[in-house]
Amino acid sequence: MTPPTASNRFSQDLRAFPRRSLHYNASLGRNILNRCLNLLAGVFASIAVLPLLLVLAYVLLKGGSLIQPSLFSQLPPPPGSEGGGIGNAILGTAIVTALASLVAIPVGVGGGVYLAEFANKGWFSQFVRFGNDVLAGVPSIISGVFVYGAIVSTRIFFGQSYSALAGGLALAVLMLPTLIKTTDEGLRLVSNDLRLGSYGVGASRFVTITRVTLPAALTPIATGTVLAIARAAGETAPLIFTALFSPFWPEGVFNPIATMSVLIFNFAIMPYEPQNQLAWAASFILVLMILVANLLSRWFSTLKNV
Amino acid sequence: MTGESRSEAFTLRRRPTSEKLVDQGFRQLTFVLAALVAALLAAIFATVLRGAWEAIQTFGWSFLTTSAWDPVNNTYGAFTAIYGTLVSSFLALLLAVPLGVGTAIFITEDLLPLSIRHLIGGMVELLAAIPSVVLGLWAIFVMEPVIRPLLQGLHNSLGWMPLFASVPQGPGMAPAILILVVMILPIITAIARDALQQVPIELRQAAYGVGTTRWGAIFNIILPAAISAITGGVMLALGRAMGETMAVTMIIGNSMTFNLSLLAPANTISSMLANQFGEADGIQVSALMYAALVLMLLTFVVNILAQVVVRRLSLRY
Repeated sequence: MTPPTASNRFSQDLRAFPRRSLHYNASLGRNILNRCLNLLAGVFASIAVLPLLLVLAYVLLKGGSLIQPSLFSQLPPPPGSEGGGIGNAILGTAIVTALASLVAIPVGVGGGVYLAEFANKGWFSQFVRFGNDVLAGVPSIISGVFVYGAIVSTRIFFGQSYSALAGGLALAVLMLPTLIKTTDEGLRLVSNDLRLGSYGVGASRFVTITRVTLPAALTPIATGTVLAIARAAGETAPLIFTALFSPFWPEGVFNPIATMSVLIFNFAIMPYEPQNQLAWAASFILVLMILVANLLSRWFSTLKNV
Repeated sequence: MTGESRSEAFTLRRRPTSEKLVDQGFRQLTFVLAALVAALLAAIFATVLRGAWEAIQTFGWSFLTTSAWDPVNNTYGAFTAIYGTLVSSFLALLLAVPLGVGTAIFITEDLLPLSIRHLIGGMVELLAAIPSVVLGLWAIFVMEPVIRPLLQGLHNSLGWMPLFASVPQGPGMAPAILILVVMILPIITAIARDALQQVPIELRQAAYGVGTTRWGAIFNIILPAAISAITGGVMLALGRAMGETMAVTMIIGNSMTFNLSLLAPANTISSMLANQFGEADGIQVSALMYAALVLMLLTFVVNILAQVVVRRLSLRY
C-alpha cells in the first residue's frame, strides 16, 4: 500500500464532510428563525415610533384646532369658565427661560472653555468632568428641591419666596451640564493648528480663544445651546415650587410667574373641560417650539465648520 | 511699504502687562466657572441634607421601611414611594430594553433602505425632546382610556395574582410604567445604536464568512461586542426613570397607601415631591427633603455605576 498522498487525503476528507448546498435554503430552521427575528425587530421599531406619532398627532390636531389670537393676548379664565388664553404663560416661559439662559450660557461656556483650553490632564479637570456627568444625571425635581431649600425658603431675594428668578435658576442648574459638555467637546474638536497659527501671529491666549477657537467651534456649541434652551422651556418639575404659578401677567422677576409647562400640569389635572383645552393649546405651542428648535439645531449641524 | 517699517513690524515686542493681565484674568475666570460645577453639586447635596436633617433625626432608618404618611399626626415613612420608584423604573426598564435594543438593531442592520432607517432613528430621537408634561397630558387623556380595557382584561384573567388584584380605575402604576417606557426608550435606542455602529465591520464579515446567519452574528458577535456600552446606556436610562417626575405624577394616582397591585394607584418619590412640596410646612418639608435625599443617592449610585461600566468595559478592538 502506498501512503495516501495529500490530494488523496483531501478528497477523502471532503467525502467524509457532509455535503451541503451552497444555495440558500429558505426552509432551513435557522433561516426561518432569522426571518422571524427580522420581523420582530421591525415590530419593535414600529412600537418605538408609534408613541411619537400618536403624541404628535394628538397635540398638533387637538391643540392646533384651538389656536386663535385671544390665546396669546388673554389671561386664563377662572376654573370652570370658558374662553380666555394663556398669554401670561407664554410670556412667562419666555422670561424664565431667558433668565436661565442668561445664567447658564456664560457659566457653561466659560467652564467648557476652561476644561478644553486651560486644564491639563490633572485631577481637577477629571473631577469637574465627572461632576458634570453626575450633575447631568441629577433628576430635574432635585434641582427644584435645591432651589427651594437654598433660595425660596431662605427668602434670599428681598424677602420674596417664590419667584421667576428662582425658577430660572432651577432651570439653569439643568442646562449647565449640557452646555459645559458641548462646549468642552466642541472646542476639543478644533484643530490645534488653528491655535498655533494664532499664537504665531502674536495673538494672546484670550484673543485666540475668543476670536479663533470659539468661532471655529460655534456650530456644536450653538447646537447644544439651542437644544438645552428647548429642553429647559419644556421642564416642569423644577418650576412647580420655585416659580410657582400665577393667574396674572408677569410682575417682575421677583414674583411668582406663570409658565406653559406648569400651566399644562395644573390644567390637565383639573376636572374642567375649558382648562383641559387650554392645556392642549399650551402643549401645541410648546411642542411646536421644540420641533422648531430641533430642526434649527439640525440645520446648524449641517453648516460647514471652519 | 518701505523696508524700514517692515522690519519694525517684525521686532520682538514684549507683551504688554495689560495683555498678560487679561490672559491671566480670563484663565482665572474660566477656572472659577468650571469650579462652580463642583461647588454646585456639593451645594445641592448640602442643601438637601440640611433640609432633611430634622426628619433624619426624628425618623431615622425607619423612614425607609414604614409606609405611614400622615401629615395630621406628623408621622412619615416613605416606603410606598421608594417601592413605587424602584418598581416602576425596573419594570419600565424590563419593557424598554428589548424594545430599545431591538429598535437599535433594526436601524443598524441593512433590512430597509438607509433613508427609512434614518427617519426611524430621527423620530425616536425627537421623542426624547417632547416635554415630560406633554406626555403626561397625552397619557391622561389618550393612552389611559385606551389601555384600560386591556388592564381590565389582565385583571379578569390574572386577578388571583396579588400583582393584578385590584380593579383598574384610571390612574395607576401600570399606565405610569408604560409612559416611563416611552420616556426611556429614546435613551436606550440612541446609546445602543451608537454602540452597535461602533462594532468593527470585520467582526461581522468574519462571522458571515464562516457561514452564520444575520441573527447568529447579532447574538453571538455583535451584541457581545457592544454589551458594555449598552449596559451603560441601560443604567443611564434607569437613573432617568427613577428621577422622572411629571408624566409619572400625572398618571400614577399619587396614593400614599401601599398596594402590591400594579393596577392600583401608587406613588414615586419624585411625584410625591411634585405633589406635596408646594403645600407642605414644618416637618413635612423635612420629610420630603429626606425622600429627595434618598432619590438623589439612588440616582447618584446608578449614574456613577453607569459611568464606571462604560469606562471599565468600553469596547477595545
